[in-house]
Amino acid sequence: MTALLEMRAITKTFPGVKALDGVNLTVRKGEIHALVGENGAGKSTLMKVLSGVYPAGSYDGEIHYDGALAEFRDIADSEKRGIIIIHQELALVPLLSIAENLFLGNECAQNGVIHWPETFRKTESLLRKVGLREAPTTLVDKLGVGKQQLVEIAKALSKEVRLLILDEPTAALSESDSQALLDLLLELKDQGVTSIIISHKLNEVRRVADTVTVIRDGAAVSTMDARSQPITEDAIVRDMVGRDMAHRYPERTRRAGEMLLEVEDWSVWHPEHVDRQVIRSARFNVRAGEVVGIAGLMGSGRTELAMSLFGQSYGKNISGRVRINGKEVDVSRVDRAIDAGLAYVTEDRKSLGLILEEPIRRNITLANLEGVSAGGVLNENEETEVSERYRRAMNIRTPSVFQKVMNLSGGNQQKVVLSKWLFAEPDILILDEPTRGIDVGAKFEIYGIINDLSSQGKGVLMISSEMPELLGMCDRIYVMNEGALVGELTAEDASQERIMSLIVTE
Amino acid sequence: MAIAEPTATETKGVGEYLLAHMREYGLLFALIAIMVFFQIVTGGTLLRPVNITNLLLQNSYIIIMALGMLIVIVSGNIDLSVGSVMGFIGALAAVMIVEMDVPYLAAIAICLVVGGVIGAAQGYWVAYWKIPSFIVTLAGMLVFRGLSLWLLEGQSVGPFPREFQTIANGFVPDIFPASIGQALAPVFDARQVNVLALGTGIVAAAAVIWSGMRKRARNRAYGIVDEPRGFFIARNAIIGAALIFIMFKLSTFRGMPNVLITMGVLTIIYAFLTERTVLGRRIYALGGNQKAAKLSGIKTERLTFLAFVNMGILAAAAGLVFAARLNTATPKAGFALELDVIAAVFIGGASMSGGVGKIVGAVVGAFLMGLLNNGMSIMGIGIDYQQMIKGLVLLAAVIFDVYNKSKQG
Repeated sequence: MTALLEMRAITKTFPGVKALDGVNLTVRKGEIHALVGENGAGKSTLMKVLSGVYPAGSYDGEIHYDGALAEFRDIADSEKRGIIIIHQELALVPLLSIAENLFLGNECAQNGVIHWPETFRKTESLLRKVGLREAPTTLVDKLGVGKQQLVEIAKALSKEVRLLILDEPTAALSESDSQALLDLLLELKDQGVTSIIISHKLNEVRRVADTVTVIRDGAAVSTMDARSQPITEDAIVRDMVGRDMAHRYPERTRRAGEMLLEVEDWSVWHPEHVDRQVIRSARFNVRAGEVVGIAGLMGSGRTELAMSLFGQSYGKNISGRVRINGKEVDVSRVDRAIDAGLAYVTEDRKSLGLILEEPIRRNITLANLEGVSAGGVLNENEETEVSERYRRAMNIRTPSVFQKVMNLSGGNQQKVVLSKWLFAEPDILILDEPTRGIDVGAKFEIYGIINDLSSQGKGVLMISSEMPELLGMCDRIYVMNEGALVGELTAEDASQERIMSLIVTE
Repeated sequence: MAIAEPTATETKGVGEYLLAHMREYGLLFALIAIMVFFQIVTGGTLLRPVNITNLLLQNSYIIIMALGMLIVIVSGNIDLSVGSVMGFIGALAAVMIVEMDVPYLAAIAICLVVGGVIGAAQGYWVAYWKIPSFIVTLAGMLVFRGLSLWLLEGQSVGPFPREFQTIANGFVPDIFPASIGQALAPVFDARQVNVLALGTGIVAAAAVIWSGMRKRARNRAYGIVDEPRGFFIARNAIIGAALIFIMFKLSTFRGMPNVLITMGVLTIIYAFLTERTVLGRRIYALGGNQKAAKLSGIKTERLTFLAFVNMGILAAAAGLVFAARLNTATPKAGFALELDVIAAVFIGGASMSGGVGKIVGAVVGAFLMGLLNNGMSIMGIGIDYQQMIKGLVLLAAVIFDVYNKSKQG
């Protein structure tokens, strides 16, 4: 069988990071090719290179498509050649109908006037192809995620797709919707559509894929062919995580003290889709001086768990018990959670953690303005002293604490967020992806800060998508999948393989 | 190291500092330039004591509302209803005092409470139901416009008793013996001198300079890159001289108008509240990033609610001043005034998206608009051109803001 697509030695660098390092990928005509790898391994970047999101010239290497060198300038360019990518976050307009969405930007129109009967006729035939029984006039808003996914695929079919790329298509789908989608993929394959599927669910990969390529740290480490020999999930997991510990972690004497935080029966429901349970009776604890990790894939509910605990900042119908130092506490509002001794350092520091327009000084004191005021009147001298103290302690690189936070680098911004929460003097810090998007040096500094906190007897709950980081830092690791804590590993027992297999053997 | 920095940055800092603070200086320069321009083209009429008094009276209610509007806008909202609320409260006061013979002090208290209730009624929907403030207060604008018409039955109601009128038209009597004023009069070549007004001007100027120097000294101690010395001296000299000059002018007429005291005290209170208190800081945080503020334990809903309650009370105060000044309540009172108030706040440097803006800026912005109105009226420029010029000034101020911001990156 001939190759439809050949990507040769693709290298893509972002400032400071080599996201892809000489990746080779060959996709044969008419096959389903699975791309697997950890978050941040480079799968999505590779697909963005392929679809022209990163235009030709912004990367090194060559793309050969359909026997000729392809240099896509943008997505429209690659779509013209039949390469269509369906992203994890669906790109549908919720308040338009299925028909309107299918032909958005590609309307059946004459001189700008839409030909509705033709639009509906075509829509119906496309919906039949993907097996979606809905009227073309139904608003996309009214469809569940599974059906929306089918609309996306129908949209791809309307553009005469030759290479269909699906980025985690089943991540948000229920079991039966996932099965239907996978069946559809197999059906499309029979009709001659080639597809690339990015997925974390190895059982699904095994079911549909003809070829599996594992991406790790920006490189394609292995390619397995299901036709020559059956692919095992073990083999995939081994290749996914099989790197040596590239990062270093500062040493720390591990000493867990008294029980600090206990959470029981914690259940949370989705704020909009009220019938969707996001957290299922989670139960966990953190001791004084302990660093406890929560591992899991994106969308497994880790952030939702943390934010719902922190003053019900996420979700509806939250139930469960929280005890701090053995006493049951009220964490139903953020100010109460802070008073109870919790702090939550968000994964999204720019939109949830900082006021970018304001100076460092004013950001650091925000969660504890009482600490720099008397009778409601701020003492700005004290505020400056406090923030200067944190600037030195955290090594925030800036000429002055009067600098606006937006002018700082990611690592320094993260230190400002950490300073803010340290100044609130919590007993337990929930750190959500504390090293996301920051460079290696700053990461090491953040690890040092975390270790200091634990040696001061504070409890640290650390959410991270980087497994080596969890393994290097934590005394204990909970594994989370689909809203439930599915396993608990001690530092000695934990390994990337064990964590990954707890996640994928759901 | 940090302490040594200021001297190093002192010289190269001038241009940089000017760029970073272009907005504040720009506003001050614009105010001075407009004042000088009108002073010349009106042949000196602009700065005659009687006209300065007029200027203050004419703009007092705008400034009072601008204080509240600044807070509403900094919190990330807008209030379109203030003109109508102001008119409605004026009408309510007139009906109570003139038609129902309610004692004027009781009527004032009731009006302020009603203003707060109106603010609460609107703020409730904005804060707790997350209905856009634009819509809620647009509705409020129509409702209260209609209510004033209904209350006044389409008629003007007045006049008010003398005591009530003094809210707007009264002057603070000179507490010093008249002989001192008479003795001073020849020195300044004036018919009379109100020593209290002149003294207040001098004290206020001294206070501004003293607090400026104190802040400067404190900043120095922390090694903060601060205003270059020349700028500091020039700015304070101008402000101090202007204060003394204006108060001197007033002192040769009838002294300080009551509303000047009201405005001055309110401005100081709100400047303190926004810049120096925990409450104020939280309002800026709310407007700067509502989600981050909420996750920092700030009760964002309650703050939004309070911002509207406060706005309602200030709109009521403005309504009382306005009614007292005209000595009558008319169904037309306050019509389209919300736009002048909002324009003043934006000219004063507030940002539409919230989190940015200063009380003093809003007050200066209001004066700038008032000065334009007054100067153009004296020149006899038609209302048509006046509107166009005011519109362009607002646009220019905001363009200037955006341009500055993009330049700072």
